[in-house]
Order: sequence, then C-alpha cells, then structure tokens
Amino acid sequence: MAGREQHGMVQKRGVGHWFTHLGLIIGVLIIFFPIWLAFVASTVTQPEIVHPPMPLWPGDQFFNNYRDALVSGVNAPVAKMLLNSFVMAMGIALGKILISLLSAFAIVYFRFPGRKVFFWLIFLTLMLPVEVRIVPTYEVVAGFGMLNSYSGLIFPLIASATATFLFRQFFMTVPDELAEAARVDGARPMRFFWDILLPMSRTNIAALFVILFIYGWNQYLWPLLITTDPSMNTIVMGIKQMFPSGDDIADWPVIMATSILAMLPPIIVVISMQKLFIRGLVDSEK
Amino acid sequence: MATVKLSNLKKSFGKTDVIHGVDIDISDGEFIVIVGPSGCGKSTLLRMVAGLETVTSGEVQINGAGVNEMEPMDRNIAMVFQNYALYPHMKVFDNMAYGLKIAKTPKAEIAERVQSAAKLLQLEEYLMRKPRELSGGQRQRVAMGRAIVRKPDVFLFDEPLSNLDAKLRVQMRLEIKQLQRSLGVTSLYVTHDQVEAMTLADRMIVMNGGIADQIGAPLEVYANPQTEFVAGFIGSPATNFLPAALVSGAPAGTTVGVRPEHATLTTPDHGLVEGQVSYSEALGSETLVHLRLSSDAAFTVRQNGMEPAPEEGHACGVLWNSSDQMHFGADGRRIATP
Ligand SMILES: Nc1ncnc2c1ncn2[C@@H]1O[C@H](COP(=O)(O)OP(=O)(O)O)[C@@H](O)[C@H]1O
Ligand SMILES: [Mg+2]
Repeated sequence: MAGREQHGMVQKRGVGHWFTHLGLIIGVLIIFFPIWLAFVASTVTQPEIVHPPMPLWPGDQFFNNYRDALVSGVNAPVAKMLLNSFVMAMGIALGKILISLLSAFAIVYFRFPGRKVFFWLIFLTLMLPVEVRIVPTYEVVAGFGMLNSYSGLIFPLIASATATFLFRQFFMTVPDELAEAARVDGARPMRFFWDILLPMSRTNIAALFVILFIYGWNQYLWPLLITTDPSMNTIVMGIKQMFPSGDDIADWPVIMATSILAMLPPIIVVISMQKLFIRGLVDSEK
Repeated sequence: MATVKLSNLKKSFGKTDVIHGVDIDISDGEFIVIVGPSGCGKSTLLRMVAGLETVTSGEVQINGAGVNEMEPMDRNIAMVFQNYALYPHMKVFDNMAYGLKIAKTPKAEIAERVQSAAKLLQLEEYLMRKPRELSGGQRQRVAMGRAIVRKPDVFLFDEPLSNLDAKLRVQMRLEIKQLQRSLGVTSLYVTHDQVEAMTLADRMIVMNGGIADQIGAPLEVYANPQTEFVAGFIGSPATNFLPAALVSGAPAGTTVGVRPEHATLTTPDHGLVEGQVSYSEALGSETLVHLRLSSDAAFTVRQNGMEPAPEEGHACGVLWNSSDQMHFGADGRRIATP
C-alpha cells in the first residue's frame, strides 16, 4: 500500500517535472521573442523592415548595419556611447564598492563619536534615490561645471547605503579574534583592511559588482538630464535619442543593432562574474 | 628572555568591575596557568597583558618596563586564540609569515623561520594548504607556529585546546609543554580545565570572580588550598564540604573540607560521620562512592578500584586523618588548624 502510494507520487512528480519544463520553455520563448525580432531587424535593410510582413529570419546586412552603428550611429557613433556607458557603469560600480567598503569598515571596527549618527545618516540616504533628489542634484552638478562629463555622470550616483549595509552585515560575521590576531601580528587598521578583510569579502564584492554594473549601465533619467552633447550620451538613453523627431525617417536597422549592442555588456559581466560567484560559493570560507 | 610583572591590575567595563586587583611576578621562562570557571575574568586578564584590552588601573610590566600604553605589536608578545583565528584566505605559510612580513623581515629569513617552526610542529607538508583543508589539531599547530616564528618575549594562550576532542587535547597538552620547555619562552596560559592547569603549570593563578584566590605551584595549591573555592575547584572529584557542627572537634562556625581521596569507608558507628551509599561509580582504577550522610549532606569517597565497592543503601561510616581536614572561615578563607 505504502509502496504503491510512493510509486504514484514519483510518477506524479515526473509528470509535474515535464509540465514545469514546458512552462519554463514557453516563458523563455515569449521573453526572448522581442529580442529575436530586434536581432532580425538589425540584420536586414530598412525597406525590408518597414514593408510588412516583418521578417522573422536574419538577413544578410549584419556586418553593414553593425559597422554603421558602431562607426557613425545616428547622432553619435555607438562605439563612443558604449564607451560612455562602460565608463559610467564601471565608475558607479567601483566607486560605490570602494566607498561602501570603507564606510562599513569604519562603522563596524571603530568606536568614534557620532558613530550612531553616521549610521543613521547613511541609512537615510536609502530613502533618497536619484529620482527624488534629481533637481537639487542637477543644480549642484551644474554648479560644479560637471554637465557633459564623466564625473557628472558618476559621482551623484555613487553615494549608496545598500552596499554599505551589505558589507556591514558581512564584516559583523567576521570573528573578532581575526582582527585581534592581526593586531598582535602588527597590522595597523588599514593593513588589516587590505590584507584580510578585502580578500575575505571578494565574493561579496563580485556579487555587488554585477548588480551595480547593471544598475549603472541601465541609468536613463540622469544621463538624459545632464548630457546634452551627443558625444557624451550613454547607450541606453542614446537609443531614445536616435528616434527621429518630425518627418525624419527612423533608421531601424541601426537602432536595432544599437539595442542589441546595449544588451551585450551586462550579459558579458553576468556570465564572466558568475564563474567567480560559483567558485566563491564552492570554496566558501570565512 | 622576559619577565612579566602585574601590579594591582584592575579592569572595569563601564561600572562593572571584572578584575579586582591581581599581583604576580613572573620570572623568565616560567609557565603560568590562569585557571578558573567560565566568566571569572581569565581572558580579560590575559588580554590586558596582550594589549587587546585597556588597563583600568595598576600596571603591566614586561622586562621591567611599563607597557600599559603600548599596542600589542610593540609588546613583543604572541597570542594563540581559542578559535585559532587563522586568516582563512592565506596559505599556512602566509599565515605564519604574516607578522614577519609586516615587520619587514627579509624574505629569506622569513622562509627559514617558517620552515623551522613547521619542522618543529610537523607541518612541513601542509605549508601550501589553506586552513580549511586542515584538521582541528593541525590548525591548532598552525596557530602555535604563527606564535613561534615571531620569537616573542611572551606567549599568551587563551584556551587553545578547548575546541579539540579529548584525546587530541591530551596529546597537544604534552606538545605545548615540551615546546615551551625547549623554547624557554615565558608563557601565560588560560584554561578552565583544572587537569590542564595541573599538568602544564610551573605556577598557577586560581581565579575566582575577578580575584586571584591563590597563586602557587600546582601541587602546593592542591595540598594547601588557601580558600574554600580553591579547595573545591582544584582536585577531582571535588572536595567535600561539611558544616563544622557535623564533625566533632572542628572549630565552631567553620566549614570543614575533606578531599575524597583522603577519606575511607568503615563500619557504622566507627566513622567521624555516618551515612548511606547512594551510588558508586566504578571507573576501573578507582571507585567513587557517593554517600548521603545522616545530616542529608552529600559526601564522596574515592577508593582504590581493587577494593570491593559497597552496595547501594549500605550504611557505613567515613574516616579520615585529622591532618587532612581543612577549615574555612565564613569569608571562605582557610583557617590554620591548631
Ligand atoms: N567587552 C566587554 N564588555 C563588558 N563586559 C565584558 C566584556 N568582556 C568581558 N566582559 C565580562 O567580564 C567577565 C569576565 O569575562 P572573561 O574574561 O571573558 O571571562 P573568562 O575568560 O574567565 O570566561 C564576564 O562576566 C564578562 O561578561
Ligand atoms: Mg575566556
């Protein structure tokens, strides 16, 4: 009796398994379809796109379209926009990681006057994302003459509490004895930070880097506001700028090629860092 | 080559006094064990010597110089922690070399010192491993190696063996003792285990609630406990305590202490006290006979394992030499027997 019941359950799980997979495959196809269309559109000619029916299989214009996009683009070469986005995303990710590592280090390992106050001030910034403080931030950035510059794109987005919290939580799990052993070994605080805390945090840093890189890459509103010079456009906002105003015709193959190019760096970052994650998880150590 | 001197050393955390004034003069090469129950302030005392905890009042001197205001690294001490505190991302070699690297020791000398420490501790094959690839005993050795390579004036150990299993603990205890003998480095060793204290110490400090109840050589402390607490803490099974009223001839108002190994069973009406056997534990070489006295106090007698153990419920008397009988006043201090 019990055996038959168990058998039935296994069978049911088997069928459920297939349904789950089928569901997932359909889901992936639905999500992937627009991306596929964008890819197809980036490999055909303008007339092929605007005359229905829409092509569903790639054409032979791949190299032409991508070369056009990268070298000349619509307002600015896409290669330049990719570079801008890359600088901005890297700047934001690395800047945030550096600042939050240092502030978490200060909060966890030092007793200084106003430690609580600083902690809560950092906490407060969680409630003030860029969009909320965008007008005063613009004023400040404009005042410093940082419009149309990398520093203007990066600095206002660096201050961040989330990452500080993450590192604070991690540092608090590091045994006190480790800091004491380092102190007995003669390591001054910053030496302890570089030699011991930083290497121990590397999987956290990798995870955060991925998240923050994508966050930086996908910024839209802020670059739109402060880059008026097309050569400083980032790619995500740049796509929007490629849409024609008035009677001009949209160069769809180039726009689609740009879209596809815009997707690649985050994917590359995720895939390459994923390996580091997994290695970090496998050699889990503290 | 180092002497350590603690003078009226006190520590408070906020309003809580944790160490109430400890004095000791430690001579060069001496092995001092700080022993006491958990929470009595052993670690705090050690950490004040290390410089990991500030001194509230009193003074720590190393080689005659006050070190109260010095950072741990400037005191030339090395410490072995309970959880080893090895740097998890560094290989064994780098763990041992880290302090030397910071001190800017030449590379060749670092390699040589680490190699010789590894040889001493049988760690040579493990130098390129990470700590997590080692067993508990090996990690313990690495922690010791890290202390040795620095050639410190003083070794400080905070319950270094308490994370090991019983068998390994005995083995490592012996190794630590031999190592300390051969290196001749002045050592302070914290433990809550009185067997460890008895076997390792040249002299031990028995701590009781932040007070050094007694300082002395293990056998002297065992033979001549100065307080009721020390009599109860050092020696296993623990000393029996009885109110003076139960023992004829004992000074009134005192507590009488008798060690289980000093008492023998006899027939009823012939002992100094009478009772019934509640149970016996036969351990092979010895048998612990637990009695309930007629006054309802508990009493333990340790007898040779070869002697027949009395049955449960058996009535008997207990005898001991009056010279083995200890008396403690109401304040817990020993009263010299007249
Ligand atoms: N940083 C601290 N702040 C407040 N109290 C502490 C601190 N460290 C230790 N104590 C207290 O001091 C007492 C002695 O602690 P400790 O020296 O660690 O004892 P032991 O090592 O003998 O078990 C304990 O009651 C403990 O609660
Ligand atoms: Mg302790």
